[in-house]
Amino acid sequence: MAPGHSPCASCKLLRRRCAKDCIFAPYFPSNEPHKFAIVHKVFGASNVSKMLQELHVHQRGDAVSSLVYEANARLRDPVYGCVGAISYLQKEVSQLQMQLAMAHAEILCIQMQQEPLGLAPTPAASSINGLVPVHPTCAGFSTEDILSRVSSDDMSHLHNITDHDHDQYFTSNSVIQYDNLKRESSSLWT
Amino acid sequence: MYRFHKLDKTTSTRCAVCKYFRRRCPQDCIFAPYFPNDNPHKFTCVHRFYGASNIAKMLEEIPVQLRAHLVESLYYEATCRIQDPVYGCVGIISSLHRQIQIAQSQLAKTQAEISVLDANFVVTNEPSSSLDESLVQQNGVDHGLDDPFNPWFY
Repeated sequence: MAPGHSPCASCKLLRRRCAKDCIFAPYFPSNEPHKFAIVHKVFGASNVSKMLQELHVHQRGDAVSSLVYEANARLRDPVYGCVGAISYLQKEVSQLQMQLAMAHAEILCIQMQQEPLGLAPTPAASSINGLVPVHPTCAGFSTEDILSRVSSDDMSHLHNITDHDHDQYFTSNSVIQYDNLKRESSSLWT
Repeated sequence: MYRFHKLDKTTSTRCAVCKYFRRRCPQDCIFAPYFPNDNPHKFTCVHRFYGASNIAKMLEEIPVQLRAHLVESLYYEATCRIQDPVYGCVGIISSLHRQIQIAQSQLAKTQAEISVLDANFVVTNEPSSSLDESLVQQNGVDHGLDDPFNPWFY
């Protein structure tokens, strides 16, 4: 160990001399021992070292952050790790896509109602007080009818970016674990 | 002749892991059910990032019925890391967050448009009735669009 140079977290954990050119030292400072501990537990120090060596120096910081994130995810969800989080987020994207398509269908519905030569409200749609219900069924057109006319662009522009079939990895616990991971990981990424 | 026969039998029943390490594959090999010898790529991928001993430890800590899922998720993450050596599958998570943010803001905009159209339509068609009453009328149907958005990652 060089004089005045305290060992990094990895060399402290591995109980070895921390060289001046230690590959871990810039990314695993001695005041954050837990960071290296979890990465070492999941990936192993030698694997992490190999991964860092294959990257440019300016990429290593981000790589370490992503490894810490993945290791955290794996510790919280030993079976699915990050894949559980991906599955959960993809379901959220699908739900939002559906809501967006429904909202667009509703706009079309309203617009059709507002057309001058369009659909006059039927007597059955009128209320008792003579007030017309605004658009529960678009005077004979259901929201589902309109939905079928919504362009495929509305559904496809938020496409899944991976075609790997990971829906099978969704767990009932992944919601709780993903919320915890969100809170923690905001401090990991600078 | 018998020796060659015996070697063939050992070789053909070894799992991908034991084949990789050139060792005998015991009958209770922990890797064998999940790394068959017809898919050597799966193990080489996973071994590259996790190492065989870490994988064995992870398998031992998981109930048997979940081990296949564990291996598939490790394989998925390793594949993502090969494709993106810096961010791995965390890049996918970031991208999904961005997609969700975009979709939420588009949904909010669209719902605001609906509110404006609703208000205009009611005012145009029913000048004598109060706005509140008309809105009460329309709330007879649950459109399912009024759930609050959960805060996201950033």
